[in-house]
Amino acid sequence: MRKDYRLERRKYVVVGFIVLIVAIYIIRLFSLQVMDDRYKDYADSNAFLKKAIYPSRGIIYDRQGRVVVYNQPAYDVMMIPRDVQPFDTVDFCNTLGLTREQFTRRLADMKDRRLNPGYSSYSPQVFMTHLSAEDYGRLQEKMYRYPGFFIQKRILREYGYKAAANVLGNIREVSQADIDADPYYSSGDYTGDLGVEKSYERYLRGEKGVEILIRDAKGQIQGKFENGARDRGAISGRNLKLSIDIELQQYAESLMVNKIGAVVAIEPATGEILAMVSSPTYDPSLLVGRKRGANYKVLVNDFYKPLFDRALMGAYPPGSTFKPANGLILLQEGIIVPSTAYPCYHGFVSGGLKVGCHGHGSPLPLKPALQTSCNAYFCYGFKAMVDRRSKYGSSADAFEIWKKHLVSLGYGYRLGTDLPGESRGFIPNAKFYNKIYGENRWSANTIISVAIGQGEILATPLQIANLCATIANRGWFITPHVVKEIEDTVIPSDLTERRYPTIDASHFMDVAEGMRMAVTGGTCRLAALPDVEVAGKTGTAQNPHGKDHSAFIGFAPYENPKIAVCAYVENAGFGATYGVPIGSLVMEKYLTGKIAEQRKYLEQRMLESNTIIYSGVKKH
Amino acid sequence: MESRSINQKAVPTSYVRYIDWVSVGIYLLLIVAGVFSVYAASYDFDNASILDFNEFSGKQVRWIFLALGLALMIMLIDRRMYETYAYPIYLAMLAIMIVTIFVAPDIKGSRSWLVFGPISFQPAEFGKFATALALAKLFSGYQFRLNDSHTNYLRALAIIFIPVALILAQRETGSALAYLALFFVLYREGMSGLVLLAAAGAVIIFVVAVKYAEPVFMGMPLGEAVVIMLLGLLLIGMLAVYCRQIAAARNVTLFFAGAALVAWIFHLFGLDIPGRYYLLSLLAAACIYSLLLCLRGESKPLLVSVGAVVAGVIFLYSVNYAFTSVLQPHHQQRIKVTLGLEEDRLGAGYNVNQSKIAIGSGGLTGKGFLNGTQTKLKYVPEQHTDFIYCTIGEEEGFIGSTAVLLLFLALILRILHIAERQPTVFGRVYAYCVASYFIFHLAVNVGMVIGLCPVIGIPLPFFSYGGSSLWSFTILLFILLRIDASRREHLTY
Repeated sequence: MRKDYRLERRKYVVVGFIVLIVAIYIIRLFSLQVMDDRYKDYADSNAFLKKAIYPSRGIIYDRQGRVVVYNQPAYDVMMIPRDVQPFDTVDFCNTLGLTREQFTRRLADMKDRRLNPGYSSYSPQVFMTHLSAEDYGRLQEKMYRYPGFFIQKRILREYGYKAAANVLGNIREVSQADIDADPYYSSGDYTGDLGVEKSYERYLRGEKGVEILIRDAKGQIQGKFENGARDRGAISGRNLKLSIDIELQQYAESLMVNKIGAVVAIEPATGEILAMVSSPTYDPSLLVGRKRGANYKVLVNDFYKPLFDRALMGAYPPGSTFKPANGLILLQEGIIVPSTAYPCYHGFVSGGLKVGCHGHGSPLPLKPALQTSCNAYFCYGFKAMVDRRSKYGSSADAFEIWKKHLVSLGYGYRLGTDLPGESRGFIPNAKFYNKIYGENRWSANTIISVAIGQGEILATPLQIANLCATIANRGWFITPHVVKEIEDTVIPSDLTERRYPTIDASHFMDVAEGMRMAVTGGTCRLAALPDVEVAGKTGTAQNPHGKDHSAFIGFAPYENPKIAVCAYVENAGFGATYGVPIGSLVMEKYLTGKIAEQRKYLEQRMLESNTIIYSGVKKH
Repeated sequence: MESRSINQKAVPTSYVRYIDWVSVGIYLLLIVAGVFSVYAASYDFDNASILDFNEFSGKQVRWIFLALGLALMIMLIDRRMYETYAYPIYLAMLAIMIVTIFVAPDIKGSRSWLVFGPISFQPAEFGKFATALALAKLFSGYQFRLNDSHTNYLRALAIIFIPVALILAQRETGSALAYLALFFVLYREGMSGLVLLAAAGAVIIFVVAVKYAEPVFMGMPLGEAVVIMLLGLLLIGMLAVYCRQIAAARNVTLFFAGAALVAWIFHLFGLDIPGRYYLLSLLAAACIYSLLLCLRGESKPLLVSVGAVVAGVIFLYSVNYAFTSVLQPHHQQRIKVTLGLEEDRLGAGYNVNQSKIAIGSGGLTGKGFLNGTQTKLKYVPEQHTDFIYCTIGEEEGFIGSTAVLLLFLALILRILHIAERQPTVFGRVYAYCVASYFIFHLAVNVGMVIGLCPVIGIPLPFFSYGGSSLWSFTILLFILLRIDASRREHLTY
């Protein structure tokens, strides 16, 4: 036989070819199987239909055990687009009460990634939310005719009282951002929005369960994966017990009708918030179910911003309610002793500067100064401290110390309450004034209005109420909070531990006494209650928006206080006109359960008055 | 001598010691792995036995025992029988294939199955060994050399293309394409390597032109520009290597480089040259230059080189026409899916997408035997037949699927080794035919399952469910082993 050695070498071309092919294929296999993890997920999403089992959301009670928020079932129509097979759309639309156009638009919206960024034809998508029980019944019977569709039971909220919307918050469907931030959520889930629904979401939501079903290529369910061994039951959300007294809350809200502002009532010994009103408010059930979207839009666009919780987000000049705080600092720093008296000739006069005051005796020591709310006293005291270079070196250093004490009283920073969105208010520091006036170019006179809670000083009604609670406790407070108990859990320790300001308890005794005198014979005589000893302080805060804000802080009983309150009404005039009646009525209602006969006229006046129309702020 | 030869014939077991047990061993490994794969691919929740004759795997086991019997029979037949009856066998198979065209029932659009009661078989599969025998017989003719005359080429091509035509008439494109693998045999026996290069070039031009039709470069589709540039490189390469005209190759290179520089400078000044005319005229200039070189000596290699480039250009401009007019829509679709131009996950791309998911989800070590969800839940259509490889990928992972590839590679290399040790042209050509079929089936079937080839419905030998394919490859392999076992007889004359 002939051998052609040149041709024999061609064997290597053939060998090389198949070796090359196999090598390429092995590389491809490596990249598909080892380098790329996505295919495992694809295979799982093919084979396993994970059906979420929704837990019931925690129920919310008030401090007396009254049911405030509970659940109602709702039914969403869900679909997995790639499993949908041709079906009788006319019948489907009729059952759901949809028109053909609505049906097509709904489908288009669902697939529009701008409206529904989480769209995937492999995962359950919300087709229609919140079926009525009636529609649900009718659809359920026919469900087998619509492969790819299923009904998901969900929980909606129902409210026992039309009150405390700002405290309770509400629930809304999760956004794509929520899903990205927390993998617990999937499209169509609900999460808390505002209020305790948001801040206690982790407790309230419970834990979803999952049922893993095996699905074949035709979309038919072949049974449970590993006979349900990997299924997980849902764990119900934890119930909450609020510190809010819902009836007190309702009462305070009724007093604030037609007024803009906030009322905060705290139980001093525990820091528990008894009532927290932001006015104007809204019915929490407006933000439930299918009408949520439309109502939400109305509330967001409302001129008076009802969704804005003034009690904790609004930063106001505290006005004269600030004088006790200033007095405490002056005492602590040894600038004054209770018997130190300052003159007041219708105000504070220094250099070319004059801060006016109203008629009362002169000179006055501390307690009468609080009683009469003397501007001059606190201005002189403030000046004595800030300009005392011999002690502090400079006005700036003195002011920093003054500020440090205020911060320890809960001003200038968030208190850390258990509601979302708290504002920190504003307490300027020396740097702030250096920037405005230049270093060493300012002194007490330059910034004298902060001495009486005006000027740059801003505080939230919650901070103001907390100051009152601190005085009521004679020297400590507990971070104010609205949740009293979480089922099967203790509430975080930072909501139960006492916080001590940098001011000695003895000084609080003096300030408290001054506030008691203000009720017995001073600016807030209207706050006096028949059988309870009340202490208080009015505030009339100038502001650039119109009429003065009317404010009041008070606590009662004087010994062993059970309630400390701050009432703050925007643009309503003197503290005594609105702040004092509202604050004292809330205290009276809480302490005695009723309003004394001789005070009914006050209650009547508050229920009926309308400060919005006098406020100078017109609704546009 | 004479007496020994007779003595050997009298004791038929004497060649048994020369049987290539390595091949037999690989064969047995593959068919056993095949049965388990079919069992896994068709496994249902009812936990049927692997031997249940009502199940695919049970039936496959039956086919395997019959195949083993067949293999034994083949080994018992004298090797000369195959050479002697090569043409009659070939003609008989052609006759059966012609009959098939007319009597076969329509199964999924193809008329390639002969049905006898419960048993059906595909003559196209059995045509493989018959064609291989016929081709081997042709080449073993006295003083036959492929390159001696055109008639020899025509004969060889006729032996290959008659069954191809008959199978195309049965609308079984995949099986028909498998016969084209026999071009490897022609190459081994002297056909110019340029034919294979041309085929490779055509594939490259097709892929580049179709895949990159979209982005625009110098005012023309990028793919078109790239192909013209590649043809320029081809011309340089052929001038240098094939024509051995180093100087000419250098000149053309410098010419192209200069032209590119000019185009770039024009581009810097914001003048865009009409790319198509520029590139084509550059190529034409280079071709004319090459033709002028013919005046100076041997002209044939130059003519071939220029011819190749011109053919490339013509092919480039007919690709579009060919793609849209010659190919059927579902073929176009499959090609577009393979090239990644279309993602049709529910239509043409469904099989491949699901099979990639199955394979990809296997990971390094797989989900374990019978634990493949893609497989069990029937996400991959045809998974016990053409797409069987994805079951291996899913359940046995990268390790298992690579092992199968390597096993096939070992078998193919072994067959090529056997081929080159044959003392007869008949044996060698036949062996190359067998290797070619294996190469084609492996490359195309696995390539399609892992998404590197368009979907062409051909089975994976020894794995895909079905008797015809199993028997066909068993016959192919064992005739080879029978011929090989007698390789010493020629030396003992």
